[in-house]
Amino acid sequence: MDIAAIENEIIEEFDMFEQWDDKYQYIIDLGKSLAPMNEGWKSDERLIKGCQSRVWLFSELQEGNVIFHADSDAIITKGVVALLVRVLSGHTAKEIVDAPLTFIDKIGLKQHLSPTRANGLVSMVKQMKLDALALSAKN
Amino acid sequence: MNKEAELTLHYDVEKFRSQFPVLSRVVNGKQLVYFDNGATTQKPSLVIDSIVNYYSSYNANIHRGVHTLSQEASAAYENARKKVQNHLGATSDQEVIFTRGTTESVNLVAHSWLRDRLNAGDEVLITGMEHHSNILPWQVLCEEKGAVLRVVPVTDSGEIEFSSLSEYFTPKTKLFAFTHVSNTLGTINPAKEMISLAHAHNIPVFVDGAQAVPHMWVDVQDLDCDFYAFSGHKVYAPTGIGILYAKSARINEMIPYQSGGGIIKTVKFEKTEYIDGALKFEAGTPNIEGAIALGVALDYVSAIGMKSIAAHEHELLIYATEQLKKINDIRFIGTSPHKAGVISFIVGNIHPFDLGTILDQQAIAVRTGHHCTQPLMQRFGIPGTVRVSFGLYNTKLEIDLFMRALEKALKMLS
Repeated sequence: MDIAAIENEIIEEFDMFEQWDDKYQYIIDLGKSLAPMNEGWKSDERLIKGCQSRVWLFSELQEGNVIFHADSDAIITKGVVALLVRVLSGHTAKEIVDAPLTFIDKIGLKQHLSPTRANGLVSMVKQMKLDALALSAKN
Repeated sequence: MNKEAELTLHYDVEKFRSQFPVLSRVVNGKQLVYFDNGATTQKPSLVIDSIVNYYSSYNANIHRGVHTLSQEASAAYENARKKVQNHLGATSDQEVIFTRGTTESVNLVAHSWLRDRLNAGDEVLITGMEHHSNILPWQVLCEEKGAVLRVVPVTDSGEIEFSSLSEYFTPKTKLFAFTHVSNTLGTINPAKEMISLAHAHNIPVFVDGAQAVPHMWVDVQDLDCDFYAFSGHKVYAPTGIGILYAKSARINEMIPYQSGGGIIKTVKFEKTEYIDGALKFEAGTPNIEGAIALGVALDYVSAIGMKSIAAHEHELLIYATEQLKKINDIRFIGTSPHKAGVISFIVGNIHPFDLGTILDQQAIAVRTGHHCTQPLMQRFGIPGTVRVSFGLYNTKLEIDLFMRALEKALKMLS
């Protein structure tokens, strides 16, 4: 499935939620079910600093595709991070860099990606794209 | 006026609420509960109207024009200075400098006064509960001068150990800077006693009053502090206006921090002569409407009565603390018996950001994070807290709504 198709799949999932609490409960559950990151990977150079919640990102290349592993100390942030990993992980660097990521806005989570200092998600998206570029350049 | 005697007989909180237009806002489909007053307060119509009225009726540049509007604007600006003087109990309006806020006031003291007095090896003393704004300007100056920034530690309850305070005063201490009320812990420091102890060691004192002025009477003569700062926006006035009070003896020692128009007697290319008093530190066209609106805001809280506001907020503090104690695994950060209406807490290992996000979905505005007091968070070994801070318009009903929203958030997150 390409990035746009995964985004559409997520938008459809979120369309089912009529209440804000169902939507947030889903994100919280996504955060809880995201495989915990290897503690050894949570080094300072993989830390994306937000003002409040912290996000760690580890990227690697597998058979030409970029694979992302991520974690956060805040569960809602981790849930949104899980969505970003689901959308972007396993694609080529070019696909990742070119992805407009419209789903965040469409599922009503734009506030979590606004460039405020509340969390590290904006920097997270930027870092995912930078990592993808760096890995493909190295290859 | 005998400030201590004043107490409003009937505290009509519903009437006060109706004077703040923003309190009727609906957020995420629900009635707003605003518990982030420590960050900034909402503005009553009187204050908002005073800004509109200034621009609609007598907008002009001040201290320059002979025309009517300029004279009216100048008189209103200087009248606001007198209101601040009266509110703080300063001996002269020339001890009251308009700044952009507490942060600029701290920087002003650092650059206009301390810079010429601080030498390599000297010390500046602060406490472990300071806001970054009352750390960084001193830290930067200390680094520049090769001086040492020393810190009085904070106890487990979030207080300064008064009995050991004098151990931190040395002949090299050039200034003691501390907060009157902690923005994170709510602790009300025994400012008068701390100042008197510092003065006994011949150490001048700067007090950060940003969290005190909105919640209690502050009398700078009674405190006998050398400097006192606060921000307008935390006391129901607009952003971008604040105050530095400096005792006459100190203000005469200060040199202008920024140069420019409005602060000179004569300018020649060889030498400029500055005017005397507070205006010397207000180069350029100031925030005229902000100063006027600050005067209106101080009139407003004075009319309600600072003692009445303090009593009301204390009641909210006690009620909310009692309610919160029922939450499993809650940990209060700041448990001093002397607190303003501020409650900082964490629950279990739930991240404050998560709680704040779910509370916001339910139209409850609280602060989450480190509250610009990172060293204090490190002291308590936590990433941040959820902070509830009350204003004169908050109610017990709002605390009940907050509790219900918090319980829901905890259920979702655990």
